[in-house]
Amino acid sequence: MKLKLSKTTRINFLTYAVVIVAFVVFQSLSSAGALSSTLKGQLVPICAYVVMALSLNLTVGVLGELSLGHAGFVSVGAFAGAVASAALTTVIPIPALRLAVSMVIGAIFAAIAGVLIGIPVLRLRGDYLAIVTLAFGEIIKSLITNFYIGIDGEGLHFSFLSNKLSLGEGGRMILNGPMGIPGITRISTFAAGFILTMIALIVIFNLVNSRSGRAIMALRDNRIAAESVGINVTKYKMMAFVTSAALAGAAGCLFSLGQNTILPSKFDFNTSILILVFVVLGGQGRMLGSIIAAAALTILPEVLREFADYRMLVYAIVLILVMLITNNPTISGFFARLFRRQKGDET
Amino acid sequence: MAMPKREPTKLVPVPSTSIIPERDVDKAPILECRHLGIDFGGLTAVNDFDMAIGRTEIAGLIGPNGAGKTTVFNLLTKVYQPTRGNILLDGVSTQNMSTAQVNKAGIARTFQNIRLFDNLSVEDNVKLGLHNHIHYGMFQGLFRLPGYWKEERRAHERALELLSIFDMEDMAGAKAGSLPYGAQRRLEIVRALATEPKLLLLDEPAAGMNPSETAELMENIVKIRDTFQIAILLIEHDMSLVMGICEGICVLNFGQIIAKGSPEDIANNPVVIEAYLGKKKEDTGC
Repeated sequence: MKLKLSKTTRINFLTYAVVIVAFVVFQSLSSAGALSSTLKGQLVPICAYVVMALSLNLTVGVLGELSLGHAGFVSVGAFAGAVASAALTTVIPIPALRLAVSMVIGAIFAAIAGVLIGIPVLRLRGDYLAIVTLAFGEIIKSLITNFYIGIDGEGLHFSFLSNKLSLGEGGRMILNGPMGIPGITRISTFAAGFILTMIALIVIFNLVNSRSGRAIMALRDNRIAAESVGINVTKYKMMAFVTSAALAGAAGCLFSLGQNTILPSKFDFNTSILILVFVVLGGQGRMLGSIIAAAALTILPEVLREFADYRMLVYAIVLILVMLITNNPTISGFFARLFRRQKGDET
Repeated sequence: MAMPKREPTKLVPVPSTSIIPERDVDKAPILECRHLGIDFGGLTAVNDFDMAIGRTEIAGLIGPNGAGKTTVFNLLTKVYQPTRGNILLDGVSTQNMSTAQVNKAGIARTFQNIRLFDNLSVEDNVKLGLHNHIHYGMFQGLFRLPGYWKEERRAHERALELLSIFDMEDMAGAKAGSLPYGAQRRLEIVRALATEPKLLLLDEPAAGMNPSETAELMENIVKIRDTFQIAILLIEHDMSLVMGICEGICVLNFGQIIAKGSPEDIANNPVVIEAYLGKKKEDTGC
């Protein structure tokens, strides 16, 4: 009996398979000591960037709205998660569990930020929406730059604009305004990154292939027609936007808990654009593309170290070439024919 | 050209000076427009639009280009909010309703320039029409709970059933944007029907069709009315279609209703002829 699967289902399973195989390969290489220390250190950030790209692809590819402030949600998740992890060190001693809890907290805070920003932003369309998300990304960065959080026996203490905290006995600062969070206990692991990637994929695929996902894609394809069949525009735009923000928050948490120090300035406009580059390069609405693009472009600067000063120049040239090649009809037609022939051979 | 043979429908006046088929007369009309009007800036696009449509009537809205026909559709579906007057759908005012709410209340439409969800499959387009009749939430979808499987299977069956009206089941997997023009028009009608409307608005359903396709469409429109027992209001320039299947016709010119009545009345109405063909030579003094 031949199992009949739709094209989307096959692509989804292929995506899951690629992620699982990649994890097994890199995990065994890493435990066999075959990976260079730089690449080993890159494994967690790669997973984080992959999830960031996946989450932005939900907004850009599935909802069809250009967001230029995605790093803002990543930032909210990163700092909320790192603060939660620092505050919960004694309460939850098991690192894996603490990481999971911190990620959930990061995702929740990012989702709240998504709702607050979504209310004004989703009333706009196209270029205007893009510019306003950019502004909100910068606002989040400035807010975190001016935030001070300390902990002592009584619990968490907050202060805004300047450090006015007087902490009790044994108290310490967690978030130090522009200095960010120093001395993070690194609890993020490659396995955790893999699990988060899988969760992000499951959430996105299951959302897209459901009643809600259809409504979101209908808004992308034709808003007026979507309204005419009774779809609530605001509700479904918000659903996509907030889900995207929550996943970005979890990715931010994974990222920050894999670093020694994080600074608010890390998640600026450039990071938003970097994530957008992953999405555009991998193809809008194509999750496997985002994964490959994010992983490849995160590793690329490390691989290009031998070019020393010309590193970023080579990086830019590679980017231009890949864009030109993937958008060239002759070349994509060639690959399409190649794959079709292979399929023909099988039968 | 083969035209469906029809007995002329007897029309009876109702309070708001409209006319509806005799068989619907003891029931309240499905749609009533009272002094409906809209201004764009200083320009009055539609004014004093009074109309009633019977529960199972096929009504036509005709008029020269730019007369305001599509504007009337946009007012009925609340793409534009009317400046004056009100719309009663099944006796309920649609004031302050949004486009999506009007659809839920029972008005579905097609568009003059086709508006499908081009990147989605034909089946998904119909399932989007069924959107408010599929009952499971975001989380049931995310976790693939039993409700998801049950409702999706039901939606799949219903979508194929609806597509079978136009013998389009075999196209279910194709991308909507890749369909030929005629099939796209038919898919729009199926999608609108999927929302289970009480009143279906068709904006130039026969545009771009050849005479044999038009004849087939006419049969299908009547079939849809008979199967679903709904009212249909259509805008059309093809007079053979309008005169062939419409029971009541409303003629619009410069945003004003200039005539209402049965096809026979309209065809012989001097005001209508003047609107379409202009005045006789001696009157214009040329």
